[in-house]
Amino acid sequence: MPINNFREDEELQESLNISLIRRLASYLKPYAGPVIKTLLLMAVVIAVELFNPYFLKIGIDRFIAQGDWQNLFVLAGVMILVNAVAMLCSRFRTLIMGRVSNSILLTIRQQLYGHIQKLSFSFFDNRPAGKILARIIGDVNSLNDLFTNAVTSLIPELVKISSVIVIMMVMNYKLGLVALATLPVMVVAFTFISISSRKRWQLTRKKSSNLNAFTHEDFSGIRVVQSLAAENETSSIFLKLCNEWKNAFISAIRMNDFFWPTVEMSWGVGTILVFWFGASLIQTGSITPGLLVAFTSYVSMFWQPIMNISNFYNQLVTNMSGAERIFEILDIDPDIKDRAGSKPLPKIQGNVSFRNVTFGYDEGQQVLRDVSFDISAGQTIALVGSTGAGKTTIVNLISRFYEVTAGEVLIDGHDLNYVTLESIRSQIGLMPQDTFLFSTTIKENIRYGKLDATDEEVIEAAKAVSAHDFIMKFEKGYDTDVNERGTRLSAGQRQLIAFARTLLADPRILILDEATASIDTHTERLVQQGIRKLLKGRTSFVIAHRLSTIRNADRIMVVEEGGIVESGTHEELIKLQGQYYNLYTSQFRFLNDEEEAG
Amino acid sequence: MKRLIKLIRKQWLGYLFGILTLLTSIVLDMYNPYFVGEIIDRSIIGGELGYLRIALLALAGITLGRAVLGYTKELSFDIASSKVIVDLRKKMFDHIQKLSFSFFDENNTGELMSRIKEDTENIMNAICYGIMLFLEQIIYFIIATVILLTINWKLALISLVTMPVIEYVVFRLERSVGKTYEKISDQRAVLNTTAQQNIAGVRVVKAFGREKYEIQKFLRQNEENYKINYEQAQAMARYNPPIEFLSNLVLVLVVSVGGYYVIGGDMSLGTLVAFSNYIYMLIWPMRMMGWLTNVLAQCMASVKKIDKLFEEEPSIRNCDAPIKPERLEGHVEFRNVSFEYAGTNVLEKIDIDAKPGSTIAIMGMTGAGKSSLVNLIGRYYDCSSGQVMIDGVDVREMDLTVLRKNVSAVMQDTFLFSDTIEDNIKFGAGEVPEEVFKAACSDAMVDEFVSQMPEGYQTVIGERGMGLSGGQKQRISIARALVRDARVLIMDDSTSALDMETEYAIQKAMEKRKGITCFIIAHRVSAVKNADEILYFQDGRIAERGTHSELLRLRGRYYDTYCEQYRDYVEALEKEVV
Repeated sequence: MPINNFREDEELQESLNISLIRRLASYLKPYAGPVIKTLLLMAVVIAVELFNPYFLKIGIDRFIAQGDWQNLFVLAGVMILVNAVAMLCSRFRTLIMGRVSNSILLTIRQQLYGHIQKLSFSFFDNRPAGKILARIIGDVNSLNDLFTNAVTSLIPELVKISSVIVIMMVMNYKLGLVALATLPVMVVAFTFISISSRKRWQLTRKKSSNLNAFTHEDFSGIRVVQSLAAENETSSIFLKLCNEWKNAFISAIRMNDFFWPTVEMSWGVGTILVFWFGASLIQTGSITPGLLVAFTSYVSMFWQPIMNISNFYNQLVTNMSGAERIFEILDIDPDIKDRAGSKPLPKIQGNVSFRNVTFGYDEGQQVLRDVSFDISAGQTIALVGSTGAGKTTIVNLISRFYEVTAGEVLIDGHDLNYVTLESIRSQIGLMPQDTFLFSTTIKENIRYGKLDATDEEVIEAAKAVSAHDFIMKFEKGYDTDVNERGTRLSAGQRQLIAFARTLLADPRILILDEATASIDTHTERLVQQGIRKLLKGRTSFVIAHRLSTIRNADRIMVVEEGGIVESGTHEELIKLQGQYYNLYTSQFRFLNDEEEAG
Repeated sequence: MKRLIKLIRKQWLGYLFGILTLLTSIVLDMYNPYFVGEIIDRSIIGGELGYLRIALLALAGITLGRAVLGYTKELSFDIASSKVIVDLRKKMFDHIQKLSFSFFDENNTGELMSRIKEDTENIMNAICYGIMLFLEQIIYFIIATVILLTINWKLALISLVTMPVIEYVVFRLERSVGKTYEKISDQRAVLNTTAQQNIAGVRVVKAFGREKYEIQKFLRQNEENYKINYEQAQAMARYNPPIEFLSNLVLVLVVSVGGYYVIGGDMSLGTLVAFSNYIYMLIWPMRMMGWLTNVLAQCMASVKKIDKLFEEEPSIRNCDAPIKPERLEGHVEFRNVSFEYAGTNVLEKIDIDAKPGSTIAIMGMTGAGKSSLVNLIGRYYDCSSGQVMIDGVDVREMDLTVLRKNVSAVMQDTFLFSDTIEDNIKFGAGEVPEEVFKAACSDAMVDEFVSQMPEGYQTVIGERGMGLSGGQKQRISIARALVRDARVLIMDDSTSALDMETEYAIQKAMEKRKGITCFIIAHRVSAVKNADEILYFQDGRIAERGTHSELLRLRGRYYDTYCEQYRDYVEALEKEVV
């Protein structure tokens, strides 16, 4: 999949309207009880609303006209009473639907979030975080009133409409058909509007998502932006994306705003037709004027609910693309997941084997070609080689962050593809190249390695990597907030905290991917001493460029162009006089070079 | 709020147009019942067929007019409001970008995103549909009141009796919903931040297999979000039905009081019938109040949050009369500089004199203050005492943009945008001549790996440089610093992920670039040994300083580091000496 960025719109799988709506509706299923209750309450409220004008009419026509005091006050009393009942019903239905619709949003959001957790790195690699966020937050929010309105407006209005249609047809079917004549036109117009505005709403959401992606990138990279004094440039990109969103919005709304006029026109023309046709019916004597008058009042009773329904439909069309974007993610099958019948990996001894492993991140491009090696438990393996040679890829395969294209990766003889992910990852401690700390306290960050660790365990881990001293220098010690991504700390300090976190997890296999690059040599030596005891007998992989870090390894593997070209101990490789020898002696050559010049 | 009003006023033409069409459409609306009534009275009951044709034509005209006006009305409100929102977002973005590093240290990206997106969306909702409906309802209300007053002023006044009570309920609703919306706005920011942290740290989450824990954590925030949103529903449930009830009470008043007058002979039955025909025009606006208040309260809560953000002043900004030197020589001096951060002394009394074109290398333990030191040069932070000077001018008196354009930094955290490699390198540098770009790319050893990519410099990389190795990212950020032709170059541990050969090649290329004052932070002796002066930092102070050979002679900490890194070599040398 090509990498998506803030300049590019996401691709979206088109799906059918009907199936989308059905899928949305399925979220209402568990709430059948409350929905029925709401409908019953709605029935009361609507009945009262319909009766109010009727009461008024009775009061005037019957009681006031005849000067009937008593009944007039009885009527007023009844009106107050039924309206009070309606008030209570309305209150309960707001509460019930408030609970139902918010629960559905909670469910959808949680489902989406939970599903995203299952997705593999390739999902995250290829799309900006801001776009993923836009779906979890913005797109879910867009469904806000949809469920409430579906229940409180769609169903009752449909009931109203069908009863009015029945009444009109019974009164005079010819006139009834005339009154409904504009309805098909309206439906056709609606279909047309919704089809063409749906694409436009999709585009608007995509543009909004681009904007979110850029805002996210800009704010998380603000230090770079400011240090390069590039604020004007980012500001103009932001404005451009804002305007793109605005234009997409205006183009969508331009289509969308046809909704109301279409209803108005159909209503107006429908009424005119009824009068026109009705007048001629009166002339032929097939209806009485009184019937026509009564009929016209039903015509407006017919169009009012249609107005409300089209309002709902409008909302549905506007927010459908939000739902589409949510379901699209829910439908992504994680490419790395537990296969059927996967068993947990037993406690790792530490034997790691690669058998003819071939791997590429994208099809057609191979990062590793036919790599094989065997490592026995307890060894320290150093991976060296130029940048981009495939060192990180090798260690990523050991944690099964990616799956091999061909061949197999084995731990203690178990093919990693056939054991559960959690059992692998919980036993492997991987420190990636980019140190990431959460925006919380130092203590909580370390504790992430073992969620139930006591404070003592946390401190012990910090001491092992000699982080304890600098932590205690902070005013709040272990309770110091490290800020987003740990910016409160220096890069080296962050690596130490991440190291403590990994140690606390008590991994059976430790992988350090340039994990000490920002730590000074002195501290690094202290760290090595500190962890020696803890890691006794455990297999570890180290990727580093500082050769002093590497030379003590039990085995050094030189990775070049997707394969292992040399493998052995420091002494063996020096004797070999190959790539490692060159690499190793080059550092002295650079040193001499200066001394010769100086 | 003032800012928002100003921005709305900027779109006055659109809003005015919208309001005019709104008014015209209401006027047309008034004629509709008139013609319908006339048709019934004159043509259908009276049998006047000639009139029917005219009246129906008039109705058709009104319908068409209303459709056209209705469309233009909605569209002009929509367009004007979307423009206001673009302006508002731009303003917010520019303002946030001006804030200093210390602000971003304390505020999460997720929250800022929430402000710029969700909060502005709430405002848009209010200034578009909110204002439009509000105006419409007010006008209908006024017209209805006038009509009712002319029909029978006493009865009209009595119909309005419930108004103050409705207003009181609306006021209560506003207060209660307003508070909840502030909470909702905050909770959305929390949700955003929680999700943002999770996605940004997905590698850590997966490395520790903490997916379930993260889902639980999000669930707590999600449930909190549910709770607050339900609170909003509760507030609506408490106040909205009474508003509906009170508005319906008007009907009871009309029936009973009107009935009292008619029976008492003070009013004709016809008047009461006419009155009752118009009464719904009064009731509808009353009923809409609850809904409108809800939208407005949500908007106000968001405006409050945004205003708070606007009140943040950048702690680092231009002084009143900033100096804008044409060209910098690159003479960097630290004079007795101390720096304090969050109550801790990070740097104490530092003196450095870096002559134009010289290279200063900085080594030292993690957290010794190395990055803090170089952060003072480009004024990412200001020192607490002492002075940082460039070409004899205190950096605090220099124009910030000029300063930062002349101080090029390669930061410890390589940050790249999800953009093409070329755009990343040219980022913020304005027009870059092709040969400058090429030279920077070859000096930073970017050419070496980009030339092997099928799409070359047009390759799009993922967010934060996803898809590149750590070393490749560092090389790109070095190239990004080099295209900028700055006099001062800062390299904060920016070659740590490079293999030694690449590092060496870059060093050699940099040496050819004359006249650049360079600050290099590194841990490898190979990266610092050629510097004019090497500073070894310890606990915020310079513990050792001098050239490579001077420091070796000193046999101090630098010497220890050297020995550790070059053990074999040192041993071999000693053997030779022996």
